Amino acid sequence: MNISIDVKELDQQTTMTLAGEIDAYTAPQLRETAFPYTEKKQASVVIDLSGVTYMDSTGLGVFVGLFKSLNANDGTLKLVGLSDRLKRLFDITGLADIMNINSEAEGGV
Amino acid sequence: MKPADYIEMKIPAKPEFLGVTRLTLSGIASRMGFSYETIEDLKIATSEAITNAVQHAYKGEDGEVVIGFGLHSDHLEVVVSDRGKSFDFYETKKSLGPYTDHSAEFLREGGLGLYLIETLMDEVKVHQNEGITLFMTKYLEGEQVERDAETIST
Repeated sequence: MNISIDVKELDQQTTMTLAGEIDAYTAPQLRETAFPYTEKKQASVVIDLSGVTYMDSTGLGVFVGLFKSLNANDGTLKLVGLSDRLKRLFDITGLADIMNINSEAEGGV
Repeated sequence: MKPADYIEMKIPAKPEFLGVTRLTLSGIASRMGFSYETIEDLKIATSEAITNAVQHAYKGEDGEVVIGFGLHSDHLEVVVSDRGKSFDFYETKKSLGPYTDHSAEFLREGGLGLYLIETLMDEVKVHQNEGITLFMTKYLEGEQVERDAETIST
């Protein structure tokens, strides 16, 4: 019932690999860890969600926040490795049309 | 309708206990015969309800959230009660819905919880007294139709 966040930085790109559950308990930790990477100019952030076993609206809220921050700094956010469950959550909330999400782990464009 | 069996949990109004509640719910729902997909929906709806109770009812104060599970032959009723300070459900509800505007400016970071509850559960009712009590019902697959048919035939 926890979350692990692994961050790798290469040039302008930041790749975060998440594993565990994203709920109201773990979301603040995720937001705090990820947010600074979205504030750099033209940053490219890729978040791998293939290890995420549970997520609800608090998780969606974090990704919306990161997305907005990156947009404000001319950066991009890509969410990859979404399970069918996670994909559905983005679909029913309408976020799938707005954000760049991909079921493939490597995020093949 | 009185449930055949009733299980109740009382947790401190803290987000760290959300996971424990989901585990309990999984056990109950799987015992009742809900599918994997539906159990995942139930977990989200219940977590959203408890998150609301924890975040809106108690702002940094100690409190308790009561979660009741009514086990019926054809449906599960999940009741979440904060019995503390209430947030305005109807006022909150007005601003709910899927994201339709494609501009990032209009994205709301909160407010999605209640929308998900309504989308993922079959019936949702709210009682507002001293606190907020949310009643959520989920039918076992296909049971709702069967139940209606039964009412007609008798």
